[in-house]
Amino acid sequence: MGKVIVVTSGKGGVGKTTSSAALGAALAQNGDRVVVVDFDVGLRNLDLVMGAERRVVYDLVNVIQGEAKLTQALIRDKRVETLYLLPASQTRDKDNLTPEGVEKVVGALKKAFDWVICDSPAGIERGATLAMRHADVAVVVTNPEVSSVRDSDRIIGLLDSKTLKAENGERMDKHLLLTRYDPARAERGDMLKVDDVLEILSIPLLGIIPESMDVLRASNVGAPVTLADERSAPAIAYFDAARRLKGENLPVTVPGEKRGFFGKIFGRKAA
Amino acid sequence: MNFLRLFSRPQSAPAARERLQVLLAHERAATGDSDLVTKLRDEILRVISKHMQIDDEKVSVKMERGAQVSTLAVDIEIPFDASKKKKAA
Repeated sequence: MGKVIVVTSGKGGVGKTTSSAALGAALAQNGDRVVVVDFDVGLRNLDLVMGAERRVVYDLVNVIQGEAKLTQALIRDKRVETLYLLPASQTRDKDNLTPEGVEKVVGALKKAFDWVICDSPAGIERGATLAMRHADVAVVVTNPEVSSVRDSDRIIGLLDSKTLKAENGERMDKHLLLTRYDPARAERGDMLKVDDVLEILSIPLLGIIPESMDVLRASNVGAPVTLADERSAPAIAYFDAARRLKGENLPVTVPGEKRGFFGKIFGRKAA
Repeated sequence: MNFLRLFSRPQSAPAARERLQVLLAHERAATGDSDLVTKLRDEILRVISKHMQIDDEKVSVKMERGAQVSTLAVDIEIPFDASKKKKAA
């Protein structure tokens, strides 16, 4: 049985879709079978970020409504053969996303893939709660900025109350993915530091993705950043985060900071 | 020039950190619509309006959410004939 990951944040524009695509691709590049599911019905974008926008025929809502088979709706990545995408509907109303339908689709995907990555829409409405409903693991994407941190705190509360795991009295495994981090600004005291965000949200750190031109460049050409430029700083950070998701105990480094000088940070262990 | 500005401008991250800590402490406690200070405000005003007509314009309610304690200040102007008005109404 595969693991279900929800990539969520509450706030929009912090990097959920970018991170879903990059983490999914990174896991698949290591040979795992991965499907990334877009839950943003009406405002789909994962197809675009992954460069599959012209190949969408059927979508999640078609499958839920019984108009298409799951295998017909899945789009195989052209670059990584173990990477698949299940797009969201662009035209349908998001009310077509039913709890029963989502349960059926996620259940079927779990049997066929090692990882089912659910790319959540922004907000705390139906799409977001359904995306997190069946998750085993949550990746909370946060920018080092007050409104993003506040919304992440809210989402963490929902993960601990509105998910199947929470309702069964189990603990939801939550990880913080800090994106758009600028170490120079943080060091200057004009951006929340990694430790500030960790202390406030108190969930373990999955990775720090540095603010980088490479992320925009990758989305421009329709490739997850781990595929667009494997050696770029954000790609390396996503590869490391993917390894931590697989259970590796890899210390988290703050991108762009020198070794030794920030020894304290360098020595931090990922949870 | 830029260099000088760096020194003259205070850091903003500590403010962000502190504001978040206070705000989230309150938001976490207030899950399920049970914010104590808000409840107190509503009930206090209800009790007072039982005994006199309150002019909404003459009531000032101020809340200050702090890290350790919150304060609720209710300032109500009571006219001489407040009780009479109530009976008349």
